[in-house]
Amino acid sequence: MKLNEVPQDKEEFKGKSNVHKLLYATGDDGSYTSVNSEGWEAENLATTQAWEAVLEELKETEAKVKRGELSPIAYFMQKNLMELSVLARYMGKWKWQIKRHFKPEVFRKLDDKTLAKYCRIFGITLSELQDFGR
Amino acid sequence: MAFGIGAGIFFGHLPFVKVSGIPGTTFRIWPGYIFKRVTQRLGIKIHTEKFDSEAKAMEALDTALSQNIPVGMITGVYYLDYLPEAFRFHFNAHNLVIYGKENDRYLVSDPVLEATATIGPEALVRARFARGMPEPKGKMYYIKEVPGSIDLAKGIKDGIKQTCFFMSSPPVPWFGVNAIHLLAKKIEQYPKKLTPRQCTLYLGNIIRMQEEIGTGGGGFRFLYAAFLQEAAQHTGNNELGTLSERYTAIGDQWRHFAYSAARICKARNSDLVSYTELSKLLHDIGDKEKQFFKDLKKVSW
Repeated sequence: MKLNEVPQDKEEFKGKSNVHKLLYATGDDGSYTSVNSEGWEAENLATTQAWEAVLEELKETEAKVKRGELSPIAYFMQKNLMELSVLARYMGKWKWQIKRHFKPEVFRKLDDKTLAKYCRIFGITLSELQDFGR
Repeated sequence: MAFGIGAGIFFGHLPFVKVSGIPGTTFRIWPGYIFKRVTQRLGIKIHTEKFDSEAKAMEALDTALSQNIPVGMITGVYYLDYLPEAFRFHFNAHNLVIYGKENDRYLVSDPVLEATATIGPEALVRARFARGMPEPKGKMYYIKEVPGSIDLAKGIKDGIKQTCFFMSSPPVPWFGVNAIHLLAKKIEQYPKKLTPRQCTLYLGNIIRMQEEIGTGGGGFRFLYAAFLQEAAQHTGNNELGTLSERYTAIGDQWRHFAYSAARICKARNSDLVSYTELSKLLHDIGDKEKQFFKDLKKVSW
C-alpha cells in the first residue's frame, strides 16, 4: 500500500472513527512509514454489518421475551454480546442449566442469590432484570 | 521489528471453531506468543504471574506500579470502557500496558489507541478476570532485566526461520499457507451451503479479522513487510529488501480481496460467479505466499 492509497473513510457507527487505526504504507522511495487512518470503506461495512446482525437478533429476542417465550436472561445475555458458553463460565454453571433459565417459568422460580449473580454479570439492577419485557 | 523477531505473521482458518456461529480466521500467531519469543530471543528476562484471587491480582499490580514498573497484562476487550463500543466484544486476549496510577485510576497504554487512556479499578478487574475462551486469570508480566547488548541480527534470523516453518510446514490443512487454499475452497462453496445472510456474515468476519483487528492493514502483511525492510537495513542483506517489496505486493492483494468481498456483502450478492472469483483471488494469494515463504527460507545469511 502506498502512502497516498491509505483510506480515510470516516465511520461514525458506535464511535468507530474515534480510534484512528495505524496503517503501514510505503513512500515514494519504497520505505515504510506508519500512518493513521480514519477507517476503510470495506472494513466499515464489515463492522456495521456484523453489528446490525447482532442488533436484529436482539430485537427478535426482545419480542420473544415480551411474548413470554423466553426469559429476560436470554435477552441480557445477547445484549452483553455473550454466547451461552461465556455466560455459563461467568455463572459457574453448565450450559444446560443456563438454557433452563431461559424458560420463563423456571426464571420466575430462581432464588435471589442466582438472580443477584446474573444482575452483577449484566451490570443491571434486580428490577431491571425482572421487569424487562413486562 | 518485534513482530518479525517474535514470528508474528501467520494464517489459520478453523471451520469447526465457531464464534457466534461464524468460523474463525486468523492472520497472526496466537496471543502472547510474540512477546514470549521476542524476550527469549533477545535474552530479556521477564516476570509473569497469574492469579486465583482478584484482590491479589490488583495488589500485585499496585506493588509493581509503586516501584515504577510498567506492567503488561492480558484483558477482555469487552470491559475496556475507554474503547468505542464498535470494538468492544468478548475477546479475552488483548494485551495492554498499565504504566501508572493517578487519583485511583489506572493509566493505560493500549496498542489500539494513538494516545494514552485511563481506566477505573472496577472495570480493570473485570477485564483481567474476563471469562470465556481464553481466560486471562489476571495474567500480568513485566521486564525484570535487559542484557547490556542485544543481538538483533540473530533474533531476526531465528524469527524468520520460525515463521517459514509455521507458514510452510504444518501437516494439517488449518494452519499456514495451506489454510489460505482451504478458506478459498470454503468460500467457493458458501452460496451452495449457506443462507445469503450467513454468506455475507462469514465474508464480513474474514474482512474484520484481516482489517479491523491489529496493526498495519492487510492482515498484518504490511507490518511484516516493514519488518523485512528494517531487517534488511539492519543486517545489510539485500535479499530481505527485495522480499519485503514482494510481501507488500501480497499485502496489496489481500486488500483487493477484502475490497471485493465487501462489494459482494454490500450487494447482498450470492450468485455463484462472484464467490468463484473471490475464491480464485484467494487461491492466487495462497500460491504467492507459498512461493514467498519458500524463498524466504532460502535466504543466505
